[in-house]
Amino acid sequence: MRKTAADPKGVLSGAHFLDGDHAIAEGALAAGCRFFAGYPITPSTETAERFAERCPGVGGLFIQMEDEIASIAALVGAAWGGQKVMTVTSGPGLSLMMENLGLAVMTETPMVIADVQRAGPSTGLPTLPGQQDMMQVRWGSHGDYRIIALSPDSPQECFDLTVEAFNLSETYRVPVFIMTDETVGHMHEKVVIPPAEEIMVVARNLYDGPKEDYRPYRFTGKDVAPMVRAGDGYRFHITGLTHDERGYPALTPAQNVKVVTHLIEKIDSNADKIIRLEEEEVEGAEVLVVSYGITSRIVSRAVQLAREAGIRTGTLRLITVWPFAERRIRELAGQVRAIVVPEINYGQMVREVERCAAGQCRVVSVPHCGGAVHDPDVILGAIQEACQ
Amino acid sequence: MTWEVRFSGFGGQGIVRCALITGKALSMYDNKFATMTQSFGPEARGGACASQLVISESRVLYPYVTLPGVLVALSQDSYNTYEPKLRDGGVLIYEEDLVQPKEDTGRVQMYAAPVTRMAEEIGNRIFANLVTLGCFAAITKIVSAEAMKNALPGLVPDRFLAVNEKAFDRGYEYGLELLETRPLSIEEAP
Repeated sequence: MRKTAADPKGVLSGAHFLDGDHAIAEGALAAGCRFFAGYPITPSTETAERFAERCPGVGGLFIQMEDEIASIAALVGAAWGGQKVMTVTSGPGLSLMMENLGLAVMTETPMVIADVQRAGPSTGLPTLPGQQDMMQVRWGSHGDYRIIALSPDSPQECFDLTVEAFNLSETYRVPVFIMTDETVGHMHEKVVIPPAEEIMVVARNLYDGPKEDYRPYRFTGKDVAPMVRAGDGYRFHITGLTHDERGYPALTPAQNVKVVTHLIEKIDSNADKIIRLEEEEVEGAEVLVVSYGITSRIVSRAVQLAREAGIRTGTLRLITVWPFAERRIRELAGQVRAIVVPEINYGQMVREVERCAAGQCRVVSVPHCGGAVHDPDVILGAIQEACQ
Repeated sequence: MTWEVRFSGFGGQGIVRCALITGKALSMYDNKFATMTQSFGPEARGGACASQLVISESRVLYPYVTLPGVLVALSQDSYNTYEPKLRDGGVLIYEEDLVQPKEDTGRVQMYAAPVTRMAEEIGNRIFANLVTLGCFAAITKIVSAEAMKNALPGLVPDRFLAVNEKAFDRGYEYGLELLETRPLSIEEAP
């Protein structure tokens, strides 16, 4: 994939005091996103507001849609019109997007969706944090597929990971999620936006061969076909039906093997390139704490207390939550006595940890029903219990 | 040294803006690290509202206040809720006309300012939060007056910049006067 310096027009270089939501909008603009369709929902609305406000200055387009179903549908269309596209939402809106998420996956349409998670189910606690959509983004649309999801723990990372999300979505032609939450979304911190020439972005891989030879798909399970822009004179077809390389329906089980295997393998076979983790003091640790997003910052306090109490505690932060860091978790499970997994849900990613640990060590869930972050003492208690 | 600060009142008093201005001033102009969090209900106005800052010389990891050393309370409800959570020896700055505090037992260092009335004298009670910030900066010295003023553009409407600065100055002077009658004893924050 071709990486070039960001278009300076969209880059607000310098130091700012921003919340995570605003930083996501700036990340999108820096990455070259010029199309945003969305429907306002707490606690994600600030991203839409900022993008809309900045649009006229950068030649972007913002549409407030009638709902979230239409929002993601508009992204599919605009992406095939040649734009880098994004939307932002929270739980109830994410539920509405699930049908067309499948369309985006099936048509291999690059897009970025930020989910600023609040506590659910249903409308739940609109102004309070949750991490309860982790499995929904992975499995929420029907059929077998893969997506990529990143989880920032600060406004700075909201900026950085949004740029990366666009790069991944262009590289693998797949929807990429920013799984943040109300706390990070509304938390203000210093955000440094580098000069445009230091921000590397993956440009849309556009086809430039003979028109009659264009194929919008290739089912290699390793890489993806270049795209074209609707209206540039190419004949091609986009459908949610099982399709051939030209994009036309090919409704056979054999073709579905090709398509589905490709959708899964293009992510799985590149997982090591995609996955980013942050590890601290894992060598020689008795207990490993695995966390992501805002919870990892609560873990920092709990782990500090645990170390003061003499427990050798390592941490692993999932910056990339999907694809899941299977290999590394399996490896570490063989080295520690226990893995502790706090998350603001009733136990979601802990199931992945359990699966990968496969009985090599104890896996302890530290659930939370949402609406707040963990009390660090609760996580400390779990660490203490886990190493006994 | 780490400071934990809470601003509190009801929606519409500019409580979130208080922490936003202070956080921006500290992290962009005073070379500190500041993390701001807020809590509010679904109501646009009138509900309970609080904003918190964790301020440090190095990167803030745990983003929440646990035992704040400074509480600014602009409503009776917020005083009732948050005063017991202010640490012993901490600084309490409260709205003199809107908060009836408990008897001063010396547990915390109390400073009263009629910030709403002072804002009305300047032209509109909407500037009460800037008067408050002036008092806060003068009394606590956590943030410099210069940094606070540098932080205002972009966070208050351009056409009201001058009057907001005036409100800040008025509060700052008042804060200095309060300090003369009750000097602040600063202890190492937890």
